[in-house]
Amino acid sequence: MYNVSPEQLESIDAILQNELMGIGVHSSILIDMAGNTIAHLDDGHCSFDVVAFSALAAGNFATVDAMAQLVGEQQFSLLFHRGESESIHFSKVNDEVLLITIFGPEVSLGFLRLKTTDVVKKIQNIWQQ
Amino acid sequence: MGFINIKKKEVQIKIVYYGPGRGGKTTNLDYINKKYKERIKTEMVSIKTHGDRTLFFDFLPVEIGKIHGFDIKIQLYTVPGQVKYNATRKLVLKGVDGLVFVADMQRERRDANIKALEQMKENLLSHSKDIAKIPLVLQYNKVDLKKEGVEMLTVEEMEHDLNRNLKVPAFTASALVGNNVVDTLKKIISMTLISFRKELE
Repeated sequence: MYNVSPEQLESIDAILQNELMGIGVHSSILIDMAGNTIAHLDDGHCSFDVVAFSALAAGNFATVDAMAQLVGEQQFSLLFHRGESESIHFSKVNDEVLLITIFGPEVSLGFLRLKTTDVVKKIQNIWQQ
Repeated sequence: MGFINIKKKEVQIKIVYYGPGRGGKTTNLDYINKKYKERIKTEMVSIKTHGDRTLFFDFLPVEIGKIHGFDIKIQLYTVPGQVKYNATRKLVLKGVDGLVFVADMQRERRDANIKALEQMKENLLSHSKDIAKIPLVLQYNKVDLKKEGVEMLTVEEMEHDLNRNLKVPAFTASALVGNNVVDTLKKIISMTLISFRKELE
């Protein structure tokens, strides 16, 4: 069992809001590897089940991670699912935490990757506190 | 691992139903899903094979109300029981807070029960968790098959095989008709919450 202080959660929300929601992503979710949702922001147009999504995303990430190790990789650096109107991008924050971004075709993958790299560093700093 | 969200006054807890293949893990969740339909806001998620066997996990979130002002959100998972899926079982155990081990009372499944419990112990160790320290409830399932003339293990034999060292609460059950399914769930939730109590207070 662990907890994150309200101040830390506020800071995380602010980072997600400014850095990711600000560039037009549809939703950004911070989860732990057990599938719990730590923070969730969306643009008001998302209606999917975030709880089930987090459980599946944690499972998906863990599976790909285990596959990487089977073929002798430490991890796959890019985990990304492209859809017609929604795409999903996964970034590992640390061994326990995962950042998931859901975005449409109006956001370029390259720009998103730059942004998430930045966000991951900031969240790592908050997590260490 | 359970997550306490102080900002939203919410606790998320992960409970995993573990056990040998075709033992009734998914049937437990199916029953809970039907019984508590009004408390379950979403559909149960099942990742199955074409043959309707659990491939990865079933997932069912249940809200049980407030304790010390915190909303308690329980996330129930099953693992795939088939022997070949151990890598997946290990993944689902990541961050587990409480476990229900669903054993099969049919005599022919005796070895499968013992092996599954042994493997669960090892899988927990791979996540640095000790089976003796994590909240655990045993469920001896399919007790109803006795009436059908199937050769069954006795409760004493089940206790001897699985619980002589662990000495955790155990229920005979029939997941298909719901007998003791809710009692098993209540027990594991209360044991898990007790282990969190200090942090909640």
